[in-house]
Amino acid sequence: MNIIVCVKRVPETAEADLVIDKTGRDVIKSGLVFDLNEWDSYAIEEAIRLKEKKEGHVTVISMGGEEANESLRKCLAMGADDAVRLTDPAFEGADGYATAKVLAESIGKLPFDLILTGTQAEDDGYGQVGGALAELLGIPHATVVNQIEVEGKKLKVHRELEGGLEEILEIDLPALLTIQTGINEPRYVSIMGIRKVAKKEIKVLGAKDLTLVANETGLSGSDTRIEKISFPPTTGAVKMIEGNPEEVALNVLNILKNKGGLA
Amino acid sequence: MKEILVLAEHRQGQWRDITFEMLSKARQLAESFGSEVHAVVLGKGVANSTDALRPMAHRVLLVEDERLEAFNSETYQTVLAQLITERKPLLTLIGHSTLGMDLAPNLAVQLKMPLATDCIGIDGKDGSFVLTRQIYGGKINSTVLFNKPGPYLVTLRAGTFPVLQRDSLQGDIIPLASPLTDGNLPKRFLAYVEAALGGVDITQADILVSVGRGIKGPENLPLVKEFAEAIGGTLSCSRPVVDKKWLPKGCQVGTSGKTVKPKIYLAVGISGAFQHIAGMKGAGTVIAINKDPKAPIFGVAHYGIVGDLFKIIPALKEKAKGLKQR
Repeated sequence: MNIIVCVKRVPETAEADLVIDKTGRDVIKSGLVFDLNEWDSYAIEEAIRLKEKKEGHVTVISMGGEEANESLRKCLAMGADDAVRLTDPAFEGADGYATAKVLAESIGKLPFDLILTGTQAEDDGYGQVGGALAELLGIPHATVVNQIEVEGKKLKVHRELEGGLEEILEIDLPALLTIQTGINEPRYVSIMGIRKVAKKEIKVLGAKDLTLVANETGLSGSDTRIEKISFPPTTGAVKMIEGNPEEVALNVLNILKNKGGLA
Repeated sequence: MKEILVLAEHRQGQWRDITFEMLSKARQLAESFGSEVHAVVLGKGVANSTDALRPMAHRVLLVEDERLEAFNSETYQTVLAQLITERKPLLTLIGHSTLGMDLAPNLAVQLKMPLATDCIGIDGKDGSFVLTRQIYGGKINSTVLFNKPGPYLVTLRAGTFPVLQRDSLQGDIIPLASPLTDGNLPKRFLAYVEAALGGVDITQADILVSVGRGIKGPENLPLVKEFAEAIGGTLSCSRPVVDKKWLPKGCQVGTSGKTVKPKIYLAVGISGAFQHIAGMKGAGTVIAINKDPKAPIFGVAHYGIVGDLFKIIPALKEKAKGLKQR
């Protein structure tokens, strides 16, 4: 089975102190730690597991500058066979739709039975690229998938719904699935593992290689644009408790007592 | 007249809350430019329950077909594509739910409609819309504009838009013919199943001590569990802890897990992704402990502590034990 996995390198922002840049449309990226998008790490792991079970070939694709090689190499170290990086100044500023168009152009030239993406990206959270890509390629799709079984030329998949419910679907190959976190346990990649694939070729493709017109990609090919960004308004309702751990602990236990938490 | 279409969402005979949230917002928008709200219901045997939507829509468009009984993006997309092509609504609203996520991106590509997903705010402006989205895990809001003319497709985040009490619109139910034809679908719905849960029932607890990614590893769970037990509380968690298999799915608070309403909710090392907040915002008192002063959890907490949970929880555990002995 030929499996293509689309991945993205994203900044880790959960504990970072974010600063809005001069354009007012993004945050300052220098100083942030980047890694493979969490959803994508589950997608690449799932692809490698399917390959290990049934044999096959895993190609990992990412749109981005040279720094995206870092994420592609991580995927290679995990067990992907090939890596492709899509890069061009014309791709910059792409929203979910414009990203899907570039991916579709590049994937359309490759043999594939299954395409996996993460359900969404940690940074912009569109949750859009997978579905749009499937539509552009004219193949069926399922999103938020947390279980896959291969049954010949079709798959039986579980989609995670709300409130602990799942739905079971049957889907014909070739197909695209967007993968939910928790579907597996992504394998650990050591520095040695990354070093082993350091010399592996990463194929680089630009707009010319993909026969895309400039106004189809990047910001000008996007449906939407970010006008400005801001910090969410603070509600101001929260009372902050300060002091050393003992003082904080006493305070918290008093709140528990007052609010009926402790008898 | 350019209407606003709202895709009513239902599952297993129940309306999803997002349906009413979208209808309420759509009415506000429609009033601002003298338009109408048209709810779209796709299903089978849902005509009676469709009455529930009439107060909130000028019209309820109903397409009944046995192939629409359970959601399948293939059939939904076919029906909606035809409706939108015929009626050319200014705006179509779909929930950013697991249903909308499976449907909206594909529908947008098919009809070449500009799409903005997971919006937490929407306002009309000069025949187009200004949208608010959250990026970087909810730490930044972005103001988004469309680059192209409509009709537009927007998905709205669940639990974000209030359902306002208004006078009834008493919209008529308009049955429409189903455009679906026989033929094999490349994707087939088989069944619903409950996810395997495991663990205790966290929805019954008066005190929940909930851990998130900040707990770092499963080896640190006993510390928090012992503290929870010392105050008569139950241990629960956010999604990453279940994804990493440190606690069973039954302990998970949030959209895809359990919705809880304890008297006290202690969020320990939980940043507060909206999916988590949706599951615990009904708690009586929320106390959050987090290293990051800008963590979204402080936006819903009543009390906040910025600090290292590995210093604060041991202190809490000691003091709580002392309380019990007295």
